[in-house]
Amino acid sequence: MTTSFVPDFTPAEHQLGVEQLSRPSLSYWQDAWIRLKQNTRAIISLYIVIALAVFTLIGPYLWQVDPALQDLNQISQAPSMPKPALLAAPYERWQPIVLDDFPAEPDTYLDVIPAPDGLAPVGTPTTQHIRITWNPVEGAGGYSVYRNQHAPEGLNDLGLPLATTYGGNEVSYEDRLNLEARDYYYSIVPTDGLDESDTYTSIKITPTIAITREDAIERGIIDPDSTIEIGTAVLLRFHPLGTDYLGRDMLARLMQGARVSLFIGICAPFLFVMFGILYGGFAGYFGGHLDAILMRFADFVVALPFLLFMILFKIAFGIGPGESGVIPMLMALVLLGWPSTARLVRGQVLKIRNNGFIDAARLLGATDSYLIIRHILPNTMGVILVTLTFAVPAAIFTEAFLSFIGMGVAPPTPSWGSMCNEGVKTMLSHPHELIFPATLISITVLAFNLLGDGLTEALDSRMRSR
Amino acid sequence: MLAYTLKRLLAGVITVWFIATATFIAMHQVPGDPLMNDKAVSAEIRKNLERKYGLDKPVVEQYFVFLGNMATGDFGISFTQQNRRVNDIIRDHFPVSATLGILAIIFATTGGILWGALTALYRNRLPDIIIMFLVILGISVPAFVFAALGQLLLVNLNAFLGFSLIPVAGWGTFSHMLMPSMVLGLGTMALLTRLMRSSMLEIVNEDYIKTAKAKGLSPLRIFFKHQLRNAILPVVTVLGPQIAAITTGGFVVELVFAIPGLGRYFVQAVQQLDYTVIMGTAVFYGAFLVLMVIIVDIAYGFIDPRVRLQ
Repeated sequence: MTTSFVPDFTPAEHQLGVEQLSRPSLSYWQDAWIRLKQNTRAIISLYIVIALAVFTLIGPYLWQVDPALQDLNQISQAPSMPKPALLAAPYERWQPIVLDDFPAEPDTYLDVIPAPDGLAPVGTPTTQHIRITWNPVEGAGGYSVYRNQHAPEGLNDLGLPLATTYGGNEVSYEDRLNLEARDYYYSIVPTDGLDESDTYTSIKITPTIAITREDAIERGIIDPDSTIEIGTAVLLRFHPLGTDYLGRDMLARLMQGARVSLFIGICAPFLFVMFGILYGGFAGYFGGHLDAILMRFADFVVALPFLLFMILFKIAFGIGPGESGVIPMLMALVLLGWPSTARLVRGQVLKIRNNGFIDAARLLGATDSYLIIRHILPNTMGVILVTLTFAVPAAIFTEAFLSFIGMGVAPPTPSWGSMCNEGVKTMLSHPHELIFPATLISITVLAFNLLGDGLTEALDSRMRSR
Repeated sequence: MLAYTLKRLLAGVITVWFIATATFIAMHQVPGDPLMNDKAVSAEIRKNLERKYGLDKPVVEQYFVFLGNMATGDFGISFTQQNRRVNDIIRDHFPVSATLGILAIIFATTGGILWGALTALYRNRLPDIIIMFLVILGISVPAFVFAALGQLLLVNLNAFLGFSLIPVAGWGTFSHMLMPSMVLGLGTMALLTRLMRSSMLEIVNEDYIKTAKAKGLSPLRIFFKHQLRNAILPVVTVLGPQIAAITTGGFVVELVFAIPGLGRYFVQAVQQLDYTVIMGTAVFYGAFLVLMVIIVDIAYGFIDPRVRLQ
């Protein structure tokens, strides 16, 4: 073998441009982001999530209303513009009108007593009091006063019987019964002293909201030192989304409730996904008997009836006086939520562990911790992120459910679920108290679900190949 | 198949034991005890009551007494409801919850399979878009909102008709069950529709569908015989956990529609710390759910021969 080495090949001419990539190379996450951006629904959802974060975190600084403040002038009020109110004097007793020149007992007995005329309000009708008077009629020994919330359609539709006077000359009535700023229809039915006649006369009266000076100062509507005169109009507190059954501002409560609901909705999944990663990763990476034992335990936890144990655990962790019960709920959610993530991560780790690049890295002398941190975890991140996104709506649902059945956060701390619970009770008369929190829950859950769908499509390699 | 069934049943028994233990531990963590609200005025009365219920024994001993009783199927006497056995409470109220749950499952599966198949058939056309929009709504709106809306609907319907066609709340006749079971099944139906749709769409591209088409089978026959039957499989797998979700999710529906089911008793028992009722209902529910999952898994083997062979 003395012959000199003669190369039997010649290097090929290096052709410029052929092997150059036509597009810049993208990392996994850059590619996923581009895919996500093409998904309109996911991007809209992302914006909704950002808007919710702004609503929760910045909202209370823009809308600085105490969510616990009770505005008793405006209870269960539907959303509206700020309402004007009349500054009224403190209530004074009113002397009923009794006519001297008219007999109290009817002189003659009539078969049909005619309906009284001249029914009119006395003074300005306000929510403090509505005073009415009417002209006496011949043959009347008294008058019955009725109040209805719609125009009466006959004798049987006069509404609430308020009072009956016993004297043909007692021709006035003062109403102070739960007055609100709405239309009232007062009807006067003359009686012969015992029985009501079949005739009536009606009047529509719309009282204005009245507030006494003391109340106004107490609620912070007017300045204590100001010299606003009685009878002038002042603006009541503005409630853009109305008030609840205790007169608390809905917007402020929704913002505070969002803190509770989103705190649980985001913290709990984050914590249990973290734990699930540790647990599942540990089991999957080391495998063998340890894996079998750990996963069998996870199976047991999965088998626990979820809501039953949510209630039990939440109570077991207890709430001390003055606490809202958010932390016990968080702990219960974490305790019951982790196995699904653990299973998922374990499956992923098992899959990745058998890949060639792991063996290659091991051959090059990589340690366990390096393999886990550098190779295995980044490859499971996609699945983990998707799980996290889907876990958020589930946690929000659970919080809402528990608060709805009265086992969630303790009042007066609002959460969307407990607000729904309160709203359901007055659903028929004041639907806005249910609609607002329910809509917020639905929108949040919807946004996270659609975002999760988008992320699945963007991150899942099986979907990407399509 | 028999060996598999036995193995699953044994695992199920261990799971029920785990559930019982977890309940026992969690329950004893709750501050206070069931005699706290009672008229245990003096220390002497309290001591006697503790002896009557076996609470004077050490917790470990109580645990084994409880396990022994549970093994014979005896859950003891309720603390708060005088002389009422927990077994009787379960016997009286579980059938109500179960009826509600079964109706909801029937409603959810038939609806889910039907709508899912329909959406796959009309992929990306109007019926698909409408149904998928409703599905997303069904997944995103909490059950208690549906329950409230359902009740509102009934109130308006009855007011419009002038007589009570479908009762708004309560329990008894079939018409009572209609709305609650529909409300309860809605969430599951939405989930199943989604699952059915994706599995239908996956199957469209399978070779055997192409073969069937090439053989000249009618589209209807392909749809029912080849596509639908294979697409149902993944739906069956999630049915086990979904049954669990529906039976416990019944709490809310029971609350809103004033249905005397077991869920209400559990919530009440937790509030009053009625040890025996908590243990009884939790273990009973747990055992029921474990059994359901096993039954669904075994049934899956019958539906899909490939699983049985493995």
